[in-house]
Amino acid sequence: MIRFLARRLLFALVLVVAVSSAALFLTRLAPGDVTSQLGPFASPQEIARVRAQYGLDRPAAGQWAAWVGRAVRFEFGDSFLYNRPVRGLVGRAAANTAVLAVVALTLATLIGIPLGVFTGSRSGVAATLVRAASLVCISIPPLLTSLLLVFVASRTRWFPTGGMTSVQALDVQWSAWIADVAAHLPLPALALALPIAATFERLQAQSMSDALHQPFLLAAIARGVSARDLIVRHAWPVSVRPICAVYGIAIGALLSGSFVVEYVTAWPGLGRLMFEALRARDIYLVAGCAATGGLFLAFGSLVGDLLLAAADPRAREAQAA
Amino acid sequence: MRRAGLALFALVVAVAVGAPWLAPNDPERAFSNLLYAPPTPVHAGAGGLYIHPQRLVSRLERRFEQDTARRAPLQWLTNGRLVSVDESQGGPLLVLGADVFGRDTFSRLIFGARTSLALAVLATAGALILGALVGGVAGYAGGRVDELLSRFSEFVLVLPAIYVALALRAVMPLVLPAETVFVALTVIFALLGWPIVARGVRAIVASERDRDYAAAALAAGAGPVRTLVLHLLPAAWSYLTVQATLLLPAFILAEATLSYVGLGFPDTVPTWGTMLQDAANVSLVAEAPWMLAPAAAIFIFVLAVNLTVQSTGRAPVQLEP
Repeated sequence: MIRFLARRLLFALVLVVAVSSAALFLTRLAPGDVTSQLGPFASPQEIARVRAQYGLDRPAAGQWAAWVGRAVRFEFGDSFLYNRPVRGLVGRAAANTAVLAVVALTLATLIGIPLGVFTGSRSGVAATLVRAASLVCISIPPLLTSLLLVFVASRTRWFPTGGMTSVQALDVQWSAWIADVAAHLPLPALALALPIAATFERLQAQSMSDALHQPFLLAAIARGVSARDLIVRHAWPVSVRPICAVYGIAIGALLSGSFVVEYVTAWPGLGRLMFEALRARDIYLVAGCAATGGLFLAFGSLVGDLLLAAADPRAREAQAA
Repeated sequence: MRRAGLALFALVVAVAVGAPWLAPNDPERAFSNLLYAPPTPVHAGAGGLYIHPQRLVSRLERRFEQDTARRAPLQWLTNGRLVSVDESQGGPLLVLGADVFGRDTFSRLIFGARTSLALAVLATAGALILGALVGGVAGYAGGRVDELLSRFSEFVLVLPAIYVALALRAVMPLVLPAETVFVALTVIFALLGWPIVARGVRAIVASERDRDYAAAALAAGAGPVRTLVLHLLPAAWSYLTVQATLLLPAFILAEATLSYVGLGFPDTVPTWGTMLQDAANVSLVAEAPWMLAPAAAIFIFVLAVNLTVQSTGRAPVQLEP
């Protein structure tokens, strides 16, 4: 187990370093830099001064080495765009994205898995309807779902159409602030959760019906196990493996999907920040966002592996070896 | 189900191919008195189908009125168009209303389908070829080459594709001519799509390599390249077709997402993504719901592909935006 965790940590480290370094070099290669923000009338001296201030006058390798040297002490440099340290900006955006991702994943799990167990173990009108609905939901990606939900929200006024808080909620009490955020959450969370819930439903239904055709289930029927126990205690634990296997991917997908949803619904998360930073050539902010995204990904695949180990003794042994 | 999916897919492709003939209007033509005009209802009466000409009542309120006193007949097969209404008679025929510049949404939608579909098809072909080559070499060579290529493709696989696409597109100049964007996006998508193809092809080639027929080909004097391309890769054919059905919708969405956030095609080129930008304006969509037409087009295409995959017994997995 320790060797497994050590390998995972090494993978996380490689991922974070590679992703953030690649982001740094890519942004450096891009035409234009922070000095394009100074306008067309900036004097050459001024441009040179700003470049020196942010370390852009050094060769790329030197700039990278200096950045890594500071990054290991969690100093990610300053954002040009916001004129503030990257650490605070990225930290807050990452927290917002994490809230959205956790809520969406919980929703997807709570909707998708029970429905999958239902459609996988039963036939009839209800199961067919659920199956059709999930096929439709799989075909509406978060980009379209969020646009549609914003449209519905603007017509019905059931939800706010965007943002995370409605007023500049600085002086309200924390309970009012939480209520305000909770009112803004359903729209982006649903947009993210629906396609993933549908994917879970399809996978669970397939593996459930596979599990129900196994010989050991026939033996359980012969022993007189009740229909409920048959599904919940005998078939489900076997059938949940494919879901655990895609959990890690789902977390990466949530990060991807969250960019689109954050953009459409104006949720102040990591995806939006990264997008703004890329457009403004805000090199340290891009690298900081990429490093955080890499951490999220590594964490996601770790969670996926742990779930797989919990669900399947064979996977546990393979990991321990 | 499979047949319905294939039929729907064929319909979308046929509409895209036949766009110049099917479009009632020139997609670039702006009717200055018909900004955000609603769809024109078609009536049936003596002398065939006809519409009432639309007249602008209030430019400020965007209010239109149908001139019920006049009848403008639908003309079939004139001026190289399947159906249209002559402007001097009281046209144009707006099947899905008009956009912000008074351009025909339906004509732009089917012309946009050409760009969006062509891009997705070319990128899919690129990803399949690249993936088959890398996977084939890895599976055939084995050993250290296999190890290196597999690790690399696994690394690309864990990255959230949309961020990599954003980053790669963002480092290019923001304003590019449409042809350059087309080539750039095709290359970026192909570079992001190959790893998942390579992983499967590698497994197939690695197991096929030890079969007798491969040994026979080698013994008969076929070189390794000939054996790989002509004898081993055909075994991966059905795997490649399944992957194509997964990549196509993903690339359609990727184009839509990038164009939607302003990093894809320039606004003047009709694609499903650039047209979707109009759907971002909440208050406008509430008044002119036909601006959601590109969303419906994307949904129909993805649904068609998913229906086709669904009945081959594999659960479609929608884990990218």
